[in-house]
Parts: sequence; C-alpha cells; structure tokens
Amino acid sequence: MEKFDKIKGIAAPMMASDGNQFSMMINIDTDMIIPKQFLKTIKRTGLGKNLFHEMRFDFEGNEVDSFILNKDIYRDSKILLAGNNFGCGSSREHAPWALLDFGIKVIIAPSFADIFFNNCFKNGILPIKLSEKVIKELSEIALSGSQIEVILDDQKIFSKDLEISFEIDISNKNFLMEGLDDIGLTLKDSDLIDSYEKENESALPWYSIKGDLND
Amino acid sequence: MTQAKTIYDKIWESHLVGNKDNYSLLYIDRHLVHEVTSPQAFEGLRLNNRSVRHPKKTLAVADHNVPTTDRTKEIEDEESRIQIEALENNCKDFGIKFIDMNDIRQGIVHIIGPEQGFTLPGSTIVCGDSHTSTHGAFGALAHGIGTSEVEHVLATQTLIQKKAKNFKVELKGKLTDSISAKDLALSVIGAIGTAGGTGYVIEYMGDAVESLSMEGRMTLCNLTIEGGARAGLIGPDQKTFEYLKDRPLAPKDKIWDNAIRYWETLPSDKDAFYDESIKIDINNLAPLVTWGTSPEDVIDINGNIPKPEDIEDEAKKNAIKRSLEYMGLEAGKPIKGTSIDKVFIGSCTNGRIEDLRAAASIVEDKTVSEKVNAIVVPGSGLVKAQAESEGLDKIFKDAGFEWREPGCSMCLAMNADKLQPNERCASTSNRNFEGRQGRGGRTHLVSPKMAAAAAIAGCLTDVRDFKN
Ligand code: SF4
Repeated sequence: MEKFDKIKGIAAPMMASDGNQFSMMINIDTDMIIPKQFLKTIKRTGLGKNLFHEMRFDFEGNEVDSFILNKDIYRDSKILLAGNNFGCGSSREHAPWALLDFGIKVIIAPSFADIFFNNCFKNGILPIKLSEKVIKELSEIALSGSQIEVILDDQKIFSKDLEISFEIDISNKNFLMEGLDDIGLTLKDSDLIDSYEKENESALPWYSIKGDLND
Repeated sequence: MTQAKTIYDKIWESHLVGNKDNYSLLYIDRHLVHEVTSPQAFEGLRLNNRSVRHPKKTLAVADHNVPTTDRTKEIEDEESRIQIEALENNCKDFGIKFIDMNDIRQGIVHIIGPEQGFTLPGSTIVCGDSHTSTHGAFGALAHGIGTSEVEHVLATQTLIQKKAKNFKVELKGKLTDSISAKDLALSVIGAIGTAGGTGYVIEYMGDAVESLSMEGRMTLCNLTIEGGARAGLIGPDQKTFEYLKDRPLAPKDKIWDNAIRYWETLPSDKDAFYDESIKIDINNLAPLVTWGTSPEDVIDINGNIPKPEDIEDEAKKNAIKRSLEYMGLEAGKPIKGTSIDKVFIGSCTNGRIEDLRAAASIVEDKTVSEKVNAIVVPGSGLVKAQAESEGLDKIFKDAGFEWREPGCSMCLAMNADKLQPNERCASTSNRNFEGRQGRGGRTHLVSPKMAAAAAIAGCLTDVRDFKN
C-alpha cells in the first residue's frame, strides 16, 4: 500500500441538492458511491470511472452538469467533504476502491459508518471526522475555489487563513503513514494464534469443525 | 467477585488472541464467503504467496449474482458467470467447501450458515457482507467485513479489531398476528436512526424478543446494520439449541452436550453494564412501512408522509426533500393507498420458511392485482423445498406470484431481477437506498405479510384489513 503523507488541493463538497440553505448531504451510502452493476469485477482497480455513477451520469450516460465532480475545478479533487454517516450500507470495499481510483485520498465528514471507515485505512484513504461547523467552513473555502492542505503527521488541515487539528487513532495513523501490510504484521504473531488454537481445541472443542458437508 | 459481563464481553474475551498497542487480535471461528466480495482477497493471497490457514472454517456459496430463473442453462450475463466461476476455482485452489448453484443447499449466505449448523452460539462469524449481523440471533458475534479483511481472515483466521461499546435494546410487549420481527426491527431503526448504533454492538432482549422464533430473531439481528451497529446479539436459549440440534455441521454427541452447558453461560449477567440503552413498548405497534430512501424513514402504515418544513435540522430537511423527489411522493399525504408496480418477497431479511408461510397465509385464495408483478424468491434451496412440501408454492402461483430459484435477487438487483426507473416496489428486503433495486426504482420496505397484502391490493395497505 502506498504511504500517506500530505495532500493539497481544492476539496469537493457534497452538498444537499437543495441549494437555498447551506447543508451537506447526509447518509451517502456505498450503493451511491459505487452501484451494484459495477461489483461484478474481480479486480480492485478501474472503478473510478463509475464512482457516484447514478449522480454523475444521466440515463443516457451524459455527465450531469450540476454534480460537483463534473465541475471543472473539482474534477481532480483529492479531498471530499460530506455530511453525517458517510459510507453507510453495504460493506463493499469497492466503495473505497472506486474513490481511490478516482483520486480521492481524504474524506472529511462529521461521522462515518463503521465498516467503510475501516475499509478506508486498508486502502490508504484518510477519513477525518470534524464537526459540522468546521466542515461548513471548509466547504466555503472549497466553493470559493481555494486549496487546503491535509498533513497527516501533524494531524492538521491548513488553508490560507485557517488551521484545523484533527484526531486520529494512533494505530490507524501508523498504518497509513507506513503503508503497512497488516496481514504480514499479523503473520508475525503466528505463535500467538498457534497457542490460542491449541488451548481452545480442548477448551472450546465445539468450534472445531469435525463434520463435513459431503457432496 | 468477578465483574458482570454482557454476552458481547464474554465472546470477545474468549476469542482474544492478543492485545497490541491500540487494537486487539480476535480469533474467527467461522468465515462465510460469496462471489462478490472475495475475488480480490484470493488474488491478494496469490500475489503474496499466502495460503488459507483453515480451509474448513470457511464456507462459500454464490448468491448475489445467480439467476433465479431456469438454472439448467449457462448463466447468460458473462460478468456474473465469470465471478461465480472465479469463486468456484478459488475454492478448489485453496481447499474451501463451495456449495454449487445447483446444490439444494445453495442459498443466501446468511440463510445457509444457520441451516447447515455452521453458525453456533458464542462463536465469532464474519463475512464480506454487512448483513452478517443476522447470525447474532444465535448468540454469535457476527459482523460484516471488507475484502481486505476477508483476505486477512483467510490468511490468519483472525481479525484486527477494537472493542465496541454495549447497547441494550429492550423490546417489551406482546406480538400480534400482524406485527412481525420486521416491524420490530424497523421500529428500532426508526427510533435510533441509521447511525444510532455506530460504534456499538446491540443486544436485543425483553419478552418480545424471547417470544420470537429463530427465524424472527434472524430478521431482527439482520437489520441491526441498518441502525449502524455492526453486530446484533440475542442470548441463546432452548429455542436456539433446538434449531441447531442435528444440523450437519453442529457438534454431535458428547461434544454437543458439553457445548450446551457452555452456551448456557453465555447470556449477559444481570448487572452487566451497557453504555447505551433504549426500551420500546411494542404493544401499540402498527405495521410499518418506509416512505423514503433510508431505512430510518419509517412510518406507521396509517401515517402521513413527513413534511420537510416540520424538520429543524437543515441537512435532514434537505435529505427529506431529496427522498420525496426520488420516491415521487407528496409530503403530508397518507402513505396507505400508494399504488405499486412490483412486489418482492425474499432476501436474507425475510426469505426464510416462516416468512413464506406468513405471506402465503395472506395470499391464499386471493389474486395478485393485475397491474402488479410479484415474485417470491426463497432464501435457499432447502427453504424452497420445505415450502413446496407444504404446498406454499402452489398458493403463491395460484394467486399469480412467480415462484423462483433461491438467491439475493431483487434485494440488490445484481442479476436480471430489478426495478425499472420510477417503478415502485413493496419489498421484504432491507435497503430502500436510491437505486438499490434498480436505477430510479422506488422501494418501500415492509414485512412479508404487508408485501403480500400490497400485491393483492395493488397498493400499500394495512394487512389488518385483510383478515378473513
Ligand atoms: S439478500 Fe440482499 S442484503 Fe442479503 S446478502 Fe443478499 S444482497 Fe445482501
């Protein structure tokens, strides 16, 4: 996995459709991020072109002009701003794969769904939780076309006249910064797994599968 | 004195392999695999020259992509076929048991796990699928994982985890004939919201939960993920043990007896601590239906569609507006009487034998409305066979339902079963998201009886009006 360092650019704010009152779109689910017809792939790559497919393209396959990622200055955004409960629904890791393949490396929202949140770290995406108020400020910066910079090591976001700190769990931070292979790490603890299995083979024997599903 | 513990605390502790700096390594007893979220995991193993640590602890089946029509022919959709073949080949290469599409035991992962006795109380169960929470009905710690984690479990039989908090959901009162586990689950999601359970494991208890059959408990736990919690749990009891006894993969003889003695110690201790709790009185519950595009958008079938202007929160207000527009509904109007085009009875939420019996009891001697296309997709081959032996297929077919082969089908519409733009469906599945059942399709989540009633009436209706 690629190491995460810092990201700079214009963030793309996912706003609610009704523009008269400023608000972020909530409950963006993984079906929206990558609809099911694209889950038939057996690869991790190539999903970026289908990211947010049903919001990004109309029934004829033309771009929907009003969709944020179709607007010129946000086409190459690496940072996404959104409302509560981002990534809810299906556990499909195709969602972070599609975001990453499109180029999104940072997602900022007040809250994330649990499985999606985890999936991000496995793919080098940094999900940041910030208050609705701060996200509103960041959205205003984004709408004005100004850049922001996210520096993971310092746990800070900078803009022209704003400096925001964010929290991140230390192990998640390390995974991202080092680009670690967590399977490799766990395999180093094989002796722990061996001894757990040995002990429970006799302590909890009903969890060892004895029978077989014969054909 | 030892500290009082919840069932979640107990399962967590008994599966702890080790604690690292800031996370824990949890042992995984059972791993279910399906075709959509596994190919990249197997590819990862191959790339790194890794093997599967315990092939026998993993069970695989194709369910998401499979056609629900004639299966004697080759699958028409090439991508679907490739994905299913990839699963079969991966299982062969890594020594994992794969249940073939034409095997009577094939079905939706979360239905076949319990059927085969793969699901056991007190165990840890994962699957690359969010509705793995279903297995919590047996007092198992069961949750969905991503594909990278699928690979991690295949290679190490463990998962990197952080302990969640405990959330108690108490459901008190008596169930009636027209109120099912689906209504209970929807009422919980309506109460806590789709993010209300984030960071928690929910434990369901109370007399309403105890009185549920295992099928009903599975429905309840299945929908836990729609409330944001990864896992839902119900303490095992006599019903749990009776369901599992003599299932193919359940322990036998002396090990079974000892297992029961152990499983009886699993329910939460009386004074166990919960970080959060709610109590819901179900005595006055009416059949529920969703009006919007999030499972929390729940109303009583006799209720009115909400008005955005009644909502303070700007983000919620805008979300409601968007939902109403997508759903083609008018704020403030009654939901009852909303005309529908399709009915789907099935999915891991409501595709079990009891669900089919419930729906059939409404359909018997009636006819599906002319303008409605209604399908029943049993959750597994065994459910289908059981239903046929009871003559349920005949009841459905006589009324004008299509009787299909088992699979996920129109729950996520990856195969040919899907809604067309603007088509409206009464569905027993679990997600009413935009596009979930087909682009532009409009989903109303309901119980099996409510779906059956809607098929007959041609519109969303109160099943209680259908009493003979
Ligand atoms: S029935 Fe629906 S929710 Fe259940 S596993 Fe299949 S697609 Fe997922």
